[in-house]
Amino acid sequence: MKALINLVEKVKPNFEKGGRFEKFYRTFEAFETFLFVKGDVTRSGSHIRDAIDMKRTMVHVIIALIPPLLFGIWNVGFQHYRATGEEVAFIDQVLFGLIHVLPIIIVSYASGLAVEFIFATSRDHEVNEGFLVSGMLIPLVIPVTTPLWMVALATVFAVIIGKEVFGGTGMNILNPALLARAFLFFAYPSYLSGEVWIETTLQEGQQLVDGFSGATALAVMAAGEGTMPSDFDMFFGFIPGSIGETSTLAVLLGATVLIATGIGSFRIMASVFIGGLAMGLILNLFAVNEFMAMPAYKHLIMGGFAFGAVYMATDPVSASQTGVGKYIYGVLIGVITVLIRVVNPAYPEGMMLAILFMNVFAPLIDHYVVESRVKRRMKRMQKIRLQTQA
Amino acid sequence: MSEQNTAPKETLFSPKNRKLLSEPIGKSNPITVQVLGICSVLAVTVQLRASLVLAIAVVAVMGLANVIISLLRHGIPPRIRIIVQLTVIASLVILVDQVLKAFVYDVSRQLSVFVGLIITNCIIMGRLEAYALQNKVWPSFLDGIGNAAGYGSILLLVAAIREFLGSGTLMGYQMIPNFLYDIGYVDNGFMILPPMALITVGVIIWVHRHRDRGLVDIS
Repeated sequence: MKALINLVEKVKPNFEKGGRFEKFYRTFEAFETFLFVKGDVTRSGSHIRDAIDMKRTMVHVIIALIPPLLFGIWNVGFQHYRATGEEVAFIDQVLFGLIHVLPIIIVSYASGLAVEFIFATSRDHEVNEGFLVSGMLIPLVIPVTTPLWMVALATVFAVIIGKEVFGGTGMNILNPALLARAFLFFAYPSYLSGEVWIETTLQEGQQLVDGFSGATALAVMAAGEGTMPSDFDMFFGFIPGSIGETSTLAVLLGATVLIATGIGSFRIMASVFIGGLAMGLILNLFAVNEFMAMPAYKHLIMGGFAFGAVYMATDPVSASQTGVGKYIYGVLIGVITVLIRVVNPAYPEGMMLAILFMNVFAPLIDHYVVESRVKRRMKRMQKIRLQTQA
Repeated sequence: MSEQNTAPKETLFSPKNRKLLSEPIGKSNPITVQVLGICSVLAVTVQLRASLVLAIAVVAVMGLANVIISLLRHGIPPRIRIIVQLTVIASLVILVDQVLKAFVYDVSRQLSVFVGLIITNCIIMGRLEAYALQNKVWPSFLDGIGNAAGYGSILLLVAAIREFLGSGTLMGYQMIPNFLYDIGYVDNGFMILPPMALITVGVIIWVHRHRDRGLVDIS
């Protein structure tokens, strides 16, 4: 550890003003702060600097993402060998998953960070930490069969149009990772819907098992044909889907990390689930088809509902900031998700669109929550004034 | 013509008149700087061919409308000037629409309502109000052509980008070689949807302001 600090201190003068690599100061700074918290202290006023800076916060989210990631890697292999009907060892399933998932993660980080570094250098601001998380979220919300150049393109689009044009991390109105997915969804629809969830490129001597279907549970319900996976499979995640979203259990594990460290908002997570459940129950009352009559709790374990609620809706930048606002924001995400799923046949999954939609409304919600507070206090003040006058 | 005789000092293409033509294309572009006429940019820029026809139509309507209003400017009572302007524009648009229907019927069908909606294009009436009502015929004509060209140039740029990335073609001819499709390239379906037109215009505005720093502190 000491040696590393010494090394950083030794090369630092090269990057500071007048140094040889002055231009790359921001690049250096990014790596320096990635390794160590900067020794900045407050110099005026009674402020306290939290020891956890934004990079450390983001690292916590990365830790919370580990369970879905590991499960997703295994599931990619598991689904592939189930499709080909081969019995292979656990380690082979994991290896297969690694070979297909790692390139996506690497491409996502490389392309996104390249854009971040270019912008940070040319605009002379710090390299934004937000991408540490976005770069991991993007691979987890897309199918494993997505071509790598599409991943790169979507990442670059999301970082530039979703974040940098607004002024970088903390200024974006939309969740960058979801924006990347939305970009792929609308730009290359045939690669993001239908039966794209399982890697089925066959090797010599392999073949798909009879009656194989790569459709997700949502697609089965929307089409009204095919067999639904059992609740058990859906909860544990032994189903086809985007890389990281299938296992509700793994997502809940991550959620406990986020809630325990105080980084993810419990209010948002809980209210998204409540909203989805409530809308599911309401639809049950007016059920005219099989999808509407489906037990409401199934919505919560199908598709990306849990993943979106825990990792996407809680993004501190694009979510509501006020306490009451968080409940409104969360409940509406749940309600809209279920509505899109059941009522709109064009989009089997509604989580992405619901969160992006509510991202846009989050500032409005906050505005009215704050306004109502102000009004209530004004009223109280007036009452007191009247009493004292009387 | 009498207008020019009263001002013999001014040649047809004096620097001042040339500026009338060039400024709207760059520094005071109706779309990227004044942010007018956005709706038609979003709606008709899926294909270059349709945009080209619309751009030419707008140039014709705007040039002629400016000339007519400028000729009539002393005779128009200020109270009813808007009605007069609208009548002039509407007549010209009907003319253009008929010409399109006669000669390029398929494009006219593709543009459908947007030819008629040239009437509501805020750039046209804006220039009539701001320029043609106060100025002589020749400068008004140049102003109309210049602004229409500024509008048209952005229209064509956006359409070229969208058609190239969205369909892999330009003016209907395939531009992206087949071997790229063979190795896995796919046309970007998002480019065909209206939101991408908005984002493309946004990026053009961004680049424009980056190159011309004088525009940045307008607001």
